[in-house]
Amino acid sequence: MTQAVQDKIVEIIAEQAVLDPSEVSVDMTIEELGLDSLGLVEAVFAIEENFEINVPFNANDPAASEFDITSVKSMIDAVNDLIKAQNG
Amino acid sequence: MKRVVITGQGTINALGHDVASTIAAMAAGKCAIDNMEFPNVDRLSIQIGGQVKGFEPKDHFERQQLGLYDRFTQFAVIAAREAITQSGLVFDGELSQMSGVVLGTAGGGLQTQDENYRTVYEDGKNRVHPFVVPRLMNNAAVSHVSMANNLKGPSFTVSTACASSNHAMGQAFNLVRSGVAPVMVTGGSESMLCFGGIKAWEGLRVMSADGCRPFCATRNGMVQGEGGAIFVFEEYEHARARGAEILAEVSGFAMSSDAGDIVMPSVGGARRAIAQALSDAKLNPEDVGYVNAHGTATAANDKTETAAIKDVFGDHASDLMVSSTKSMHGHLIGGTGAVEMLACIAALKDGMIAPTVGFQQADPDCDLDVVPNVARDKKIGAAISNAFAFGGLNAVIALRSV
Repeated sequence: MTQAVQDKIVEIIAEQAVLDPSEVSVDMTIEELGLDSLGLVEAVFAIEENFEINVPFNANDPAASEFDITSVKSMIDAVNDLIKAQNG
Repeated sequence: MKRVVITGQGTINALGHDVASTIAAMAAGKCAIDNMEFPNVDRLSIQIGGQVKGFEPKDHFERQQLGLYDRFTQFAVIAAREAITQSGLVFDGELSQMSGVVLGTAGGGLQTQDENYRTVYEDGKNRVHPFVVPRLMNNAAVSHVSMANNLKGPSFTVSTACASSNHAMGQAFNLVRSGVAPVMVTGGSESMLCFGGIKAWEGLRVMSADGCRPFCATRNGMVQGEGGAIFVFEEYEHARARGAEILAEVSGFAMSSDAGDIVMPSVGGARRAIAQALSDAKLNPEDVGYVNAHGTATAANDKTETAAIKDVFGDHASDLMVSSTKSMHGHLIGGTGAVEMLACIAALKDGMIAPTVGFQQADPDCDLDVVPNVARDKKIGAAISNAFAFGGLNAVIALRSV
């Protein structure tokens, strides 16, 4: 399950960053990925659609959102927590 | 005041995916109105339209662009590419800072609205794609044309229903004429051929279920089309200095408001716009050889427009060629004046007078030479293009050959 979640998130982020999933490692930051604000919002949308969760994310101040977007890993952890909390 | 000329044109519409194929189709009197294809079309009582077919957005745009471009934006960006390429202009330095984009549209990103209302209401989903707003906003096409071509000067969208493109081109004309901008990219686009778009028009009971026959005694309403056309309006000396090919001169423009009824047209408002456009262009009625009519094929428009033309042109009205190319490409609503401008340019440049196709029987209330069914080869020196919108907002552009 967790590996599947990780793979899917990497795939979503890679698509937005116009990279091959093999080029995305879990310790990469948003800056290293070159994701712009629209790309980030679209990635959050794709994550919500794929995992049927609501992601607490405000584009006005992403850093202040509960959803930690520092790195690929922080997003994977956050998504796992949200799946547990929202889908039981 | 400066002179304004057209140095580039581009289009995508039901008749063709570029200018050459569109003009060839007009010259051949081809009708591109056919059965429409989109979800739930079977629930409409009106199922025909001038739809752009054989068009694959992914052949023209990258994935990120597709995520942000509603169909009306796609049409505008494609037509702008063709027009700017033809003009030979590259927008950098001061030219980039001074030149802008003014486009017309009535519905803007209506496809995006239709799809996403379906998502939340019909499919019951509680989430929509994050780009719904930047896709649907009426100025999206202008903004993307400006970004794609580095146009940083005065840029905005004009929305006056069926006159949107003519009003837009009139603003672009005045910006160049007054010296505010050396070049303006202008025209318009529309994409209303979706379930919600046509369903709304059905309600008004002005649509024909079997064809668009402007000025014909058997006419029974309008037929919608989609697409767009874009032009490069350039200050005359600027164009001459760089040896650009000049397609035609924009010589005058006028607007009027009926201040009467929200849907019924008036002879007076149309007459004032036509007469003032001629006066602005310093044209006498007998100088004009061709009128691209608004010619929607509704009972009201065609009769009213005929009366207005006869009022302004007097005896010359019987020598005037007046056609409605909507009979071929459909009524593109906010984009229609732009596609119709192509016919005016072809008339001035090549002497190709586009016909009114589908014409079956003369109507005594529309007793003009409507160039029935077959294009004509005739040299003319000046043309006007009429647009009369719902809400009584009229905009007429005058052009002459250079």
